[in-house]
Amino acid sequence: MESHDGEWSLKELQKLEGHADRVWSVAWNPATGAAGVPAMLASCSGDKTVRVWEQNPSSSSWSCKAVLDETHTRTVRSCAWSPSGKLLATGSFDATTAIWENVGGDFECVSTLEGHENEVKSVCWNASGSLLATCGRDRSVWIWEVLPGNEFECASVLQGHTQDVKMVQWHPTMDILFSCSYDNTIKIWAEDGDDDWHCVQTISEANGGHTSTVWALSFNTAGDKMVTCSDDLTIKIWETDSRKMMSGDGYAPWSHLCTLSGYHDRTIFSVHWSREGIIATGAADDAIRFFVESKDGSVDGPSHKMILRNEKAHDMDVNSVRWSPGENRFLASASDDGMVKIWELVPVIG
Amino acid sequence: MVSELINANPVVYEKKERRVRSAPSRADEYAVEAIDQLEIFDHLRDIKDPEHPYSLEELKVITEDAIEVDDSNSYVRVTFTPTVEHCSMATIIGLCLRVKLMRSLPSRYKVDIRIAPGSHATEAAVNKQLNDKERVAAALENPNLVDMVDECLAPTNGLAG
Repeated sequence: MESHDGEWSLKELQKLEGHADRVWSVAWNPATGAAGVPAMLASCSGDKTVRVWEQNPSSSSWSCKAVLDETHTRTVRSCAWSPSGKLLATGSFDATTAIWENVGGDFECVSTLEGHENEVKSVCWNASGSLLATCGRDRSVWIWEVLPGNEFECASVLQGHTQDVKMVQWHPTMDILFSCSYDNTIKIWAEDGDDDWHCVQTISEANGGHTSTVWALSFNTAGDKMVTCSDDLTIKIWETDSRKMMSGDGYAPWSHLCTLSGYHDRTIFSVHWSREGIIATGAADDAIRFFVESKDGSVDGPSHKMILRNEKAHDMDVNSVRWSPGENRFLASASDDGMVKIWELVPVIG
Repeated sequence: MVSELINANPVVYEKKERRVRSAPSRADEYAVEAIDQLEIFDHLRDIKDPEHPYSLEELKVITEDAIEVDDSNSYVRVTFTPTVEHCSMATIIGLCLRVKLMRSLPSRYKVDIRIAPGSHATEAAVNKQLNDKERVAAALENPNLVDMVDECLAPTNGLAG
């Protein structure tokens, strides 16, 4: 990353209004925002709907393109676009996951995945779009296989967490699944080549892990580091031996690299690592913070420093922060105040 | 539903006299008054216990002193004491406190609810649930639970809500 040692500022580009209740998550459509395709964003809310927003290429202003309603009967908690950008998965407190297809600007619900016993908390597609993972308060993690004709088949139901599972995230390049939970642990799930998924590692307090609910996790671009955030008011950085991981020669375990504490004084709900290496966090104190690896590390190795804290990013808790997939420093945030905001992180010169 | 009351004979305390606030002086007619301990207590004192026909004040489940408020930082922490150590209604009481404050305080407020340390067998577990915003949100989408909470929050005849 081009190092800018000076100051940064977070510019609010636009406030997207429309949801009638808190907004829980936002997701950028990965197939948009470049090559003449207008950028597209999805947001999901306690108002039981999902909104799809699109940016007008000439005016750069965002507007609501579609409202996906009359499907979920309770809060929609999580949304994720497939890597091709053609499908949108939405997970709801109504215990179902809906799959929506973009059919020429209109969004149709083409499938509903049932199985979870209660609230679905997170949905995530793997890098190739062949698998979808979901998790929920029933403590289980489900892996679904994507079949032709928008058919989904349950490939595995993973038990192991002893409490509510808050988020699932696939590794950016390998089909290894990560989950984090109210039980304070992070679990890593892999398949042994025989379609048999099992837990290959559990990161708990004993291994330098969190001491309260782990709300989210995110990987760096290379996929050899991950950052987790928690109700224990810290964010933790983890690393793995990428050569071993990619060689396929057995499982490469993750180990604790560092803990960033003292920066947050209320629960951190969301964390996202940008292409360039800037970590953004969204917390219950209405603020958005940014961290980068600090070059002036001690003998013990690199650490991180906070480059910016935007105190009143929203009027209420920030539930989700997501960097745009494009060649820019745009960030979307979602809040209890019912708003989605689009920001740009800009270096301050001079 | 519980057929036997968990605490059949709770200790009932006398209600505190309600202080009448003096009218603001002419100088601060337009000033917004800072929210203080008494105001928070006034929102909570008449909440009915889920099991007994008494208020949380009468059962000393909440007291004015157990409320910490910092209006300039929009923060409040309420500590409550269930009537018995194994009270399974602790989560409901905590939820009632949260809902009442959610409905009464400006949205800028951050609210922490906790059980008085040492007063409950599973206080860490209850505290964790009560302070997990997502769990609270999901619970409040359960109509049976909402009915219970609304029952506790409903004003009794003759008293201000």
